[in-house]
Amino acid sequence: MNHLIIAPIVLPAMLAPFIIMVIRHHLDLQRIFSVAATLILLGIAFALMGQSLGGEIQTYELGDWPAPFGIVLVLDRLSALMVLLTSVLALPIVLYAIGSGWDKRGRHFHALFHFQIMGVIGAFLTGDAFNLFVFFEVLLIASYGLMTHAGGTRRLRAGVQYVVYNLLGSTLFLFALGTLYAVTGTLNMADLAARVAEMPPEDTALLRVGAVLLLLVFAVKAALLPLHFWLPLSYANAPLPVAALFAIMTKVGAYSILRMYTLVFGPEVAATQGLVEDWLLPAAMLTMAAGAIGILGAREIGRLVAFAAIASMGTLLIAVGLFTQAGTTAAIYYMVHSTFATALMFLVADMVMERRGPDITPHSPMPQSGLIASLFFVGAIALAGMPPLSGFIGKLLVLQASWPAPERVAIWAVVLIGSFVTIVGLARAGSLIFWKSHAVDPQTDPDTDEPTEIDTAPEPYPGLTFTAAFALLAGLIALTIFAGPASEFASATADQLFNPDRYIEAVLKGAEK
Amino acid sequence: MSLFLIVALPFLGAVFPALLIRAGRNACAWSAGVTSALAFVGLMINLPAVLRGEAVTARLDWLPWLGLNANFFLDGLGFLFAALILGIGLLIILYARFYLSREDPMGQFYTYLLLFQGAMVGIVLSDNILLLLVFWELTSLSSFLLIGYWKHLPEGRQGARMALAVTGSGGLAMIAGMLILGHIVGSYDLSVILQNKELIQASPLYLPALILILLGCFTKSAQFPFHFWLPHAMAAPTPVSAYLHSATMVKAGLFLLARMWPVLAGTPEWFYIVATTGLITMLLGAVIALFKDDLKALLAFSTVSHLGLITMLLGFGTEIAAIAAIFHIINHATFKAALFMSAGIIDHETGTRDIKRLGGLRHLMPVTFTIALIASLSMAGLPPLNGFLSKEMMLEETVHTVWGHSHLLVPGLALLAALFSAAYSFRYIAHVFLGPKRSDYPSPPHDPPVGLWLAPAFLVVLVVTIGLNAQAMVGPLVKVAASAVTGGELPYFKLKLWHGFNTALLMSTVATIGGLILLIMHGGLERVWNAMPRPEAKTIFDTVIGTLTQVSRVITDTLHNGAISRYAMIFVVFTLAIASYAYFTGTMELPTRDVQDAPLLPIVAWFCLISATAMLTFLHRNRQLALVLIGVVGLIVSLSFNFLSAPDLAMTQISVEVVSIILLLLCLNFLPKTTPVDSSLTIRLRDAVIAGVAGVGSAALIYAVMIRDFSFPTISEFHLANSYKGGGGTNVVNVILVDFRGFDTFGEIIVLGIAALVIFALTEAVLASNVRAYLLNRKPEWPQSGDAHPLMMVVVTRVMMPIALMVAAYIFFRGHNLPGGGFIAGLVAAIAFVMQYMASGFTWAAERQRIFYHGVIGSGVLIAAATGMGAWFNGLPFLTSAFGYVHLTPLKEFELATAALFDLGVFLAVLGAVMLALESLSRFAWQPGMVTEHAMDINPKRDDPPDPNTDQPASEGEA
Repeated sequence: MNHLIIAPIVLPAMLAPFIIMVIRHHLDLQRIFSVAATLILLGIAFALMGQSLGGEIQTYELGDWPAPFGIVLVLDRLSALMVLLTSVLALPIVLYAIGSGWDKRGRHFHALFHFQIMGVIGAFLTGDAFNLFVFFEVLLIASYGLMTHAGGTRRLRAGVQYVVYNLLGSTLFLFALGTLYAVTGTLNMADLAARVAEMPPEDTALLRVGAVLLLLVFAVKAALLPLHFWLPLSYANAPLPVAALFAIMTKVGAYSILRMYTLVFGPEVAATQGLVEDWLLPAAMLTMAAGAIGILGAREIGRLVAFAAIASMGTLLIAVGLFTQAGTTAAIYYMVHSTFATALMFLVADMVMERRGPDITPHSPMPQSGLIASLFFVGAIALAGMPPLSGFIGKLLVLQASWPAPERVAIWAVVLIGSFVTIVGLARAGSLIFWKSHAVDPQTDPDTDEPTEIDTAPEPYPGLTFTAAFALLAGLIALTIFAGPASEFASATADQLFNPDRYIEAVLKGAEK
Repeated sequence: MSLFLIVALPFLGAVFPALLIRAGRNACAWSAGVTSALAFVGLMINLPAVLRGEAVTARLDWLPWLGLNANFFLDGLGFLFAALILGIGLLIILYARFYLSREDPMGQFYTYLLLFQGAMVGIVLSDNILLLLVFWELTSLSSFLLIGYWKHLPEGRQGARMALAVTGSGGLAMIAGMLILGHIVGSYDLSVILQNKELIQASPLYLPALILILLGCFTKSAQFPFHFWLPHAMAAPTPVSAYLHSATMVKAGLFLLARMWPVLAGTPEWFYIVATTGLITMLLGAVIALFKDDLKALLAFSTVSHLGLITMLLGFGTEIAAIAAIFHIINHATFKAALFMSAGIIDHETGTRDIKRLGGLRHLMPVTFTIALIASLSMAGLPPLNGFLSKEMMLEETVHTVWGHSHLLVPGLALLAALFSAAYSFRYIAHVFLGPKRSDYPSPPHDPPVGLWLAPAFLVVLVVTIGLNAQAMVGPLVKVAASAVTGGELPYFKLKLWHGFNTALLMSTVATIGGLILLIMHGGLERVWNAMPRPEAKTIFDTVIGTLTQVSRVITDTLHNGAISRYAMIFVVFTLAIASYAYFTGTMELPTRDVQDAPLLPIVAWFCLISATAMLTFLHRNRQLALVLIGVVGLIVSLSFNFLSAPDLAMTQISVEVVSIILLLLCLNFLPKTTPVDSSLTIRLRDAVIAGVAGVGSAALIYAVMIRDFSFPTISEFHLANSYKGGGGTNVVNVILVDFRGFDTFGEIIVLGIAALVIFALTEAVLASNVRAYLLNRKPEWPQSGDAHPLMMVVVTRVMMPIALMVAAYIFFRGHNLPGGGFIAGLVAAIAFVMQYMASGFTWAAERQRIFYHGVIGSGVLIAAATGMGAWFNGLPFLTSAFGYVHLTPLKEFELATAALFDLGVFLAVLGAVMLALESLSRFAWQPGMVTEHAMDINPKRDDPPDPNTDQPASEGEA
């Protein structure tokens, strides 16, 4: 019995209550435990990744109940990758939150942070549709808390929208699960897959409704147009390190689409033909376009990055929406890139926000402007998909993968023109913030003597914040240099996804056959 | 030296200037210089091999899955360009050391310059078109930094953004073009692509690929109509202009044209697109250059013109034209770099670049004058300088070119361009150096220190020696480079000064004399020119970008206007549309279950439910009433669960109802009593229709589900069969909750716990903000009850408390076998405590509270998790339960199950969560002066009994 599979869920699930029970009044201790646990998590994630490399699909039957009757966790390449991605992302962000002092501006940052991690990792590991719902709830409710961390009128107002919209999504999730259970009589994903494949062709309507409702739920999470409306306001107004962590949350949506629509409602499944292919791709293209337009039109840096996150999700969902092995390979590579790049930019945006407020207008130069400017520049390159960073490679992979698709002209046009608009928008913002500020005389800057609303308390450990940002950058660089092995892994992962029989076999162990 | 190292050196070296600037400007410049020099030497080591016609290669797999590999190769063409890039780069580094002032951050400058240099070397040495794209876009990015180097100048910032937008967008087009090309050939390796001329030109995708690639080349090389960015990039420091616009960035487009020449050239499409664009650009650039007063602008447009010339030559598609193009690339690089540097010297020493303010400098700056004179005459195409030679070859080629059916069009226009070219070259000399000395220079002009003029002087020496002895100096290089362009054997050629009296010489003479005449007429022509309306590229570009930004704002702001009601509407409509589509494209069998008869009781309940819901819809603005109605709905839902034989659900539902209604009541305390009307009737009607359809849709879905059986046997059959046998309990619902799906419950108690933590954290955040003042000074809207803690209620709740707790314990313990369990028990216990808060007041209760609810939540989750982990010690998975039966006299035999321990965790987490939420919300109500003294208050610390005469709970009662 390999208990390591459940370790990344149990660890934060034990740590967070420990924090609130024992050390909730001791910030220093919270920080130590939080960072240590994140490090351990990272170790576990690497170990799991190592176990998944060979292509063996491992399962973990909770309560020792055989699948499909109990809940089962499944470790395959994709879930191992996502767990690793989450852990790798968590470390710089927790360091940044400590370094910037964000964690002490409200209560329970570290506890909520680890609950959030637990929810995300659980969603990646579970092989049970209802359990997926539970972990969605865990990650959502923790995210409500993180989103409104430290309060403030704007943030709370944005938080209400975030909560309301996601409650709509959760409600839909229940509808979808109810319908699917009513049709198939099971909740285990592998079992669902086996049963959906045997679905009588004369009775598919309800199954189709359930399948599509489920997709909509994931589309909400993945910020697919027109279900993305929750994202700009909430990400822009959340504490930006939290928004950086949320870079993985949209990926939960993308992951779930990949998982469910290759395993259960795969492209070959007769009963659900034409449900996804027809609109996911156009919607993804619109998402990319809306994101790029939003970048160009942004007036505030948080919003700029929020729209960049949407554009990035658009590109990712285009790759996912191809539903081919090549498309999925591109999607997996791009997903890793997009997570790091978005998170990096949110951290940079926070550095800017903390020093000079959110507006994209020239102010007098801020401290450490040069270093932040270079980080912004590199982050912008990554987000816009310019060489030499992994965004470019990811974009090439997506374009390459869409070659056989009938919509390739549209996809290419959207991706390339979207990149162009993104470049113009980011160049505009960067130039206004970092360059034009040098033309502003601090003496005559009208904004310097006005009392600003932002909390300009000096960062306790600025070195830590930069370490965090550079760590994310290092991730991007590693992804670029090791693009060869990374794409090999992505390809192997896609291969695993497009051969769901192995997954079903591993989970059900032929129990039903 | 390995090609990898040559490409990598500038990138690696880019680190040093940024760091060494702390050790001084010389150290900084030397580090940049040594890096470039090393790369240059490394390149030169390969010269013999290149001259032998061998291609030096270096290959490394980077991303074989995509076909993107770090493959480099060095042939004549690559060598020529790399030599120009690195050689002129060295001179620029020298020049910039003396050009930049103390205020300029020199470390950044050299870092950017080396990054740019590396990217350029990468382009010309790439043997993989995707790798080439990487470097291609890198030049756009690094030139963005170089052009915007003087961040405080608006021209610099705008020029940089314009250059990035234009060349970057061209690069994006080229990505598409290159991918198409790769798909045609099946490989992204240049050496493979270059072997497949027939395949490419026969492909239906040839034209799209060609156009997309040409877009990249033309934007980069500033060809009409994309030429406008180049003059604006002149806002950069002069060393940058000299580098980017003589030898490197703008030549990247030409390089690619030359590189792709073997497979793309030779078709009519190629000729008409490339040659025509080049011709127009050449002419247009030359004409505009004549009328520019800014020295650098003049040179910029002359660069545009010369780039057009080379593009045109490549467009001709003949071998001799390709040779001429290669030769002119060398010549242009030498004289143009020298000219830019001389312009920089003039700017540096006189303080202005405005021709109108200059003149008569020949005696004041003799060295500069000599340099500028030779370089301009070469640019004008006068013998015996190198510019003359290549211009002759160009003119000769135009004579043999037929455009459409016209034999005269190309030579005629080329002659005209040459004429203007001569004119502006002469003007550069005449209006700057000749003429009388002036007294109004912004600063007194003098020749610069040797460091500044050494680099251009060296170039000018090249200009002369190549002119005099072309074949010996560059003949072999031109040969290998040109044969790399044409990809085959070249016709015999010899670079020489004197070709005899031919058409080209005649045209040259005409151009020179015409140029002189134009110069004399310049004053008059200028007035005409200035009077002509001309499209100002920058204005157009700014307008386009400005409009784009504005439109983006409007789209974004309209789309995301922040109204959650509209977002929700879109969500519902979209969901309905997609779900209906899914339903109506599927198939449906007839129902398999009969509709049951309804007894009277459910009908009454149903009627209550429907009327409560309907009333809620109409009366929801009265919030208190709405809460009551919600309570009714909840009650009936609980009753229906009970009616449908689900007692566990009914119990859970009813306790959840109680707790949530109490929490909501607390919240209502701080909210207005009524909901304001904030949308118009139309919108409300629209929303009503949408909500109605959505409601009917949900009902239809549920109905459809209920009237048919499962298509497959359900997993619940297993649960029923194994509940007692494997789970040790006869209450299947509870066994599912704590055993079969205990992991879900584990997640859900965490959800509850987090919810309470979030409420607590939010309360803290709100109370720490300026809202606190508002809360403290809040006056109740309505008169408060005269009796804040009614005697009867206090007594009843205190009596009830032990009973309620006993009930909770009972429900907890019987849960495994009969309806009940930790979740319900937790809620019941919570209600017992909540009642105390309600009846006796928050302060009273808080004083008696010994355990903090944080701890209760934490212990609950930890106990549940620890129970789950206990199974590990038996080698079983998380949450595996164990149970056994114990017989202790005098008790009856009873069961011990680890599931009960898990259920205890559930109990504690639920209890703690509810209490923490309640406690947090109550804290909003706290106001100073809130007394705890009360008739029923048995605060042990109280020292004196309240005076019945002054006891006025009406004014001080708890809110």
